Amino acid sequence: MSYQRVKFYQTGTFTVGNRLLDESNRTVQAGMDRTNSLNSGHRACQGCGEALGARYALDAVMRATHQQMVAVNATGCLEVFSSPYPESAWQIPWMHSLFGNAPAVASGVAAALRAKGKTDIRVIAQGGDGATVDIGFGCLSGMFERNDDVLYVCYDNEAYMNTGVQRSGSTPPRAWTNTTQAVGKDPGNPMGIGKNLPRIAMAHGIPYVATASVADLHDLEAKVTKAMSIRGARYIHIHVPCPLGWKSDPAHTIKVARLAVESGLFPLFEAEGGEVTDRTPIRKKVLVEQYLELQGRFKHLLHPRDEGALEAIQAMADANIHRYQLLPLKA
Amino acid sequence: MKQHIEGSQAVAHAVALCRPEVMACYPISPQTHIVETLSRKVKAGEVGNCQFLNVESEFGALSVLIGASAMGARTYTATTSQGLLFMAEAVYNAAGLGLPIVMTIANRAVGAPINIWNDHSDSMSMRDAGWLQLFAEDNQEAVDLHIQAFRLAEELSCPVMVCMDGYILTHAYEVVDLPTQEQVDAYLPVFEPVQVLDPQDPVSIGAMVGPEAFAEVRYLAHNKHLRALEEIPRLSQAFQDIFQRSSGGLLKTYHTDEAETILLALGSVNGTIKDAVDDLREEGWPVGSIALRAYRPFPSHALRHVVKGAKRIIVIEKDLAVGKGGIVSSDVKMALQGVPIIVDTVIAGLGGRSIPKASVIDTVKQACLEGLEEPHFLDLNWDAINRELTRQQAQRRSGPTPENILREIGAPGASPI
Repeated sequence: MSYQRVKFYQTGTFTVGNRLLDESNRTVQAGMDRTNSLNSGHRACQGCGEALGARYALDAVMRATHQQMVAVNATGCLEVFSSPYPESAWQIPWMHSLFGNAPAVASGVAAALRAKGKTDIRVIAQGGDGATVDIGFGCLSGMFERNDDVLYVCYDNEAYMNTGVQRSGSTPPRAWTNTTQAVGKDPGNPMGIGKNLPRIAMAHGIPYVATASVADLHDLEAKVTKAMSIRGARYIHIHVPCPLGWKSDPAHTIKVARLAVESGLFPLFEAEGGEVTDRTPIRKKVLVEQYLELQGRFKHLLHPRDEGALEAIQAMADANIHRYQLLPLKA
Repeated sequence: MKQHIEGSQAVAHAVALCRPEVMACYPISPQTHIVETLSRKVKAGEVGNCQFLNVESEFGALSVLIGASAMGARTYTATTSQGLLFMAEAVYNAAGLGLPIVMTIANRAVGAPINIWNDHSDSMSMRDAGWLQLFAEDNQEAVDLHIQAFRLAEELSCPVMVCMDGYILTHAYEVVDLPTQEQVDAYLPVFEPVQVLDPQDPVSIGAMVGPEAFAEVRYLAHNKHLRALEEIPRLSQAFQDIFQRSSGGLLKTYHTDEAETILLALGSVNGTIKDAVDDLREEGWPVGSIALRAYRPFPSHALRHVVKGAKRIIVIEKDLAVGKGGIVSSDVKMALQGVPIIVDTVIAGLGGRSIPKASVIDTVKQACLEGLEEPHFLDLNWDAINRELTRQQAQRRSGPTPENILREIGAPGASPI
């Protein structure tokens, strides 16, 4: 199988940011040999964070495995926009079974590869936050607990976007969704509930857990590459803004993702064997308000101002900054 | 080699000889002895490089096999009852994806009330999922059907359930002729998948299909079952050629020639039914019986052929379509459309209730002399039912029905109502 080449004019030029890096350190996407695992022509929305994250993650896996990989996909936006029969944007061996079973299907692929002695072929599973933290959680926990040789990638856009923006276990406090409407007392998603899946993954003691963001694609690639150098169950949780569900400008996807990181709401870290081993320090701390104000799903917190909610969300960001030591400790 | 052996052990032995590559299992009675035995065989290195996964649910178990089968591995699991219902979404998915997974169903009732004993409610709930469903009459056949199931599944690229009555077969010790590895290898070729996840030749499996093609894809699933109607007898004959015994096929008849009344059933109750047929024939009643081996695909044509000339079919079934009556009898009636024959439904053996030979004989006589109400419930305790119905009408807060019935029938330890 030959992978379709897409002409990439920036390669080898000094026109983009990569020029500051040594060629060996440049992103997979900057290389002529990138595989376009998720090829152009799919039907994702403008500004889709998930499509961007998936392309970077999968091409990095392809490079790390010398194109010896199989991907399993949960039901969701990524599956639907990429594979309307008879078209497929996937240039990799790719399988979709159900919404809630991608981790188990991937475990099965890995088991078959073990049985056949083909352990040079690697397995990844991927899904959105609904498939990961909610409906597929049992299968995911089983995959972690058995330490099956699978990298699971969660693209977290913080709600069920494929079905039209309903709340998931990953929807942040006070966010509007179609099932947590911005009406009544304390409008939006209630405070103080929801799941932190990276920490739950760490509690399983699996070899590698990391968070990543489409705001730092080079970091994302590096974490995927590192994950592929390890055997056993691995988990990467990628923050992917959804302009449709977050009511943000499609042109602001990277900006919104960066503000989530820089405010401390979405900490970037790595953990091995259940212990945090590294984190990405915040370069320039911003208030959570700056993140929230770009998104219509939080409009009810700012117009009129809901000081209580803003303080509570700022406290969440500050707690992350403290927990993961995202800022240099003050003297 | 003939051996006195438990049904589950015999089935595990047969499955291991079929050289499965991935098994994923979750415990539920009464299938546990099968997977316990297989886990020991795998760990002891008796099943090649087979991978045995202890998973977190039945849904997980079948999902693991979906991935493994798509990767080209021969796959197996066993379940029953609530477990089959818990994996329901994956059951349909495996069939839709055309993955030749083989699964034992140790048939058991479905709750509530929770009940671990035998009936066919579980596999009936999945009858339209697209899997072939084969029913074993005894443990020899359970062994033989598993070997045929792998070949059938892989030739058609369609999953197969081998249904065997929970406890009645799974836990029964009887003499079984266990096949040898040489015989199984001669019968069952290496698995060549029609679709596989392969980095050298990447394909997308499980794409979304819209209205423009969905009906055609579903027809092709139906078409597999139509082909199975021909493959099942052919592979049964091929089995006989190697193993020197008749096993499988679409259905098996017992004294149906010249019979005016024919009993029809699935699974182990056919043993009792054949004894009842013997007794009735001794008394001069022209009766016979049919054991359905294949329930999906439904052997309509074969059935029409063997009931030619009979006046009445009495379907004895261990399930209940609540609000309607018989499930199997509905299929029988559809198969015999236009044939001048009476089809009776007898609901029997629910939740492990025994089906005594005397009750079968009485029911046949009653049907022939007076006719049966539709559906007829075998050996129902009408006194207890009527007392409970009266109580429910008199009292809004009448309490949980199962507990009330247990008290009505004077179950040990239950206080009087």
